[in-house]
Amino acid sequence: MIPPPIVLHDLTCVHDRHPAVHHLSGRFAPGSLTAIVGPNGAGKTTLLRALAGLHPVHDGRIDRGGLAPDRIALLAQVGTLDRSFPVSCRDVVALGAWARMGAFRRLPADAAARTDAALQEVGLAGFERRLIGTLSAGQFQRVLFARLAVQDAPVLLLDEPFNAVDARTAAELMALVRLWHQQGRTVIAVTHDLDLVVREFPETLLLARAPVAWGPTARALSAEHRLRARLAAEAWSDAAVPCRDAA
Amino acid sequence: MHWLLEPFALGFMRRALAGCVALSLAGPPLGVLLVLRRMSLTSDALQHGILPGVALGALAGGFSLWAMGLGGVLAGFSVALLAGWLARASGGREDSQLAGVYLVALALGVAIVSATRGVDLAHLLFGSVMAVDDAALLLMAGAASVALLGLAVIWRPLVLESFDPGFMRAVGGRGGVWHLGFMGLVVLCVVGGFAALGTLMSVGLMMLPAVAARHFAAELAGQVRAAVGLALVSSVAGLLLSFHADVPAGPAIVLSAGALWAAGLLAGPRESLRARVWRPHLRG
Repeated sequence: MIPPPIVLHDLTCVHDRHPAVHHLSGRFAPGSLTAIVGPNGAGKTTLLRALAGLHPVHDGRIDRGGLAPDRIALLAQVGTLDRSFPVSCRDVVALGAWARMGAFRRLPADAAARTDAALQEVGLAGFERRLIGTLSAGQFQRVLFARLAVQDAPVLLLDEPFNAVDARTAAELMALVRLWHQQGRTVIAVTHDLDLVVREFPETLLLARAPVAWGPTARALSAEHRLRARLAAEAWSDAAVPCRDAA
Repeated sequence: MHWLLEPFALGFMRRALAGCVALSLAGPPLGVLLVLRRMSLTSDALQHGILPGVALGALAGGFSLWAMGLGGVLAGFSVALLAGWLARASGGREDSQLAGVYLVALALGVAIVSATRGVDLAHLLFGSVMAVDDAALLLMAGAASVALLGLAVIWRPLVLESFDPGFMRAVGGRGGVWHLGFMGLVVLCVVGGFAALGTLMSVGLMMLPAVAARHFAAELAGQVRAAVGLALVSSVAGLLLSFHADVPAGPAIVLSAGALWAAGLLAGPRESLRARVWRPHLRG
């Protein structure tokens, strides 16, 4: 499974006409492991959602190399789903096979075994029948990682995957990310943990609505680039004029 | 046992029981999902909303049950769609729009009924077991069958859409379709119940067992089973109460369901007062 490269051509995504991702061009190479870093409101989540086909592209385009958007797995930020819903861990993880079973087909025969194996991989063996409402934040994040594993997508997008979890859980989940990278998948993760980025991610995209730097992590996170990202205007201006008129 | 069995020797009581059993099988599963989707009050708004349709159906079709039923379905759909559309178009919250729409619909319905000679408002609002003739039974059972089968078909995408809509969109599922279909089934079930239970009460058999179910079961499938069981018991108890105490069937059945809910709340196996007070904590 070699994923196609994902190429951005002068991509602009907007919220209410104000750019969240502004004139971004570049390429996520097949099998690359990229961190997306930047201040709050820098357009990181919007970019991930656009890559997954969930946020409209306003200008420019995303070339997924023929990969269907539903073959790009997205792990959304915590708090976007209903954790009090009375379903078991196994049910949630089995949803990873949705692309193959859809609304009406049977759960594929191998998916049930894959579900239990995935729960084991994230350290939740024995939790199959536990309701998700009884899990801690870290355990629940492990369940979502298991679902990603079952999805078996060639491209994975992770939005602040280690945000609400303790150091041990983060380390174990990071090991899983490393494994996915070694398997040749393209992994793109949004995070605020710069130490982690320097340690684990070969590539970094530093974003402050407009791209600041994109490339090998050490270069992208240079002192100069980080200063530029910090100084970039975070809030949009109510007096903003159309971009092409200003140019 | 006399008081328990004798009432059902009467034809209309047997028909009412059969109809209520049908509604007990179809309604509570819908109710459980309404509760989980935080839409418990939506069903309430819908049942008020069907009244003008029922009244207009009665006017146009000369009190034919099918005309009233069709009118109710159309009105219920309109209320659901109108509220959803208003919420999007005006940028407001859907619950406030729903409240506005159903209040107007209810007032309109009462106005139409009052201006029409020959329609008994109390029967329309609160139902009557005496009204359950063969046509009404067919309406109840037909609506319940379609609702139950329809829910079985859309169950999986609907549960996913309720639990994790973001994931559903990411894997290419279209959430809105299932939501609309679901609302349609709820409307159908509400209309199915109106002949016996009345437009004001028909949702009770759907919602109260669903609300009570969480005191009896933890997992979704268990909650659905518990809700159906509670609804069946409420139906029998309510019809007996209606027969012996001469109370309209709708309130009697809903009161029975309410009593079961209270029992679950007080002494049910899960998340009840008893469970909270008398269970020592565990070691690990």
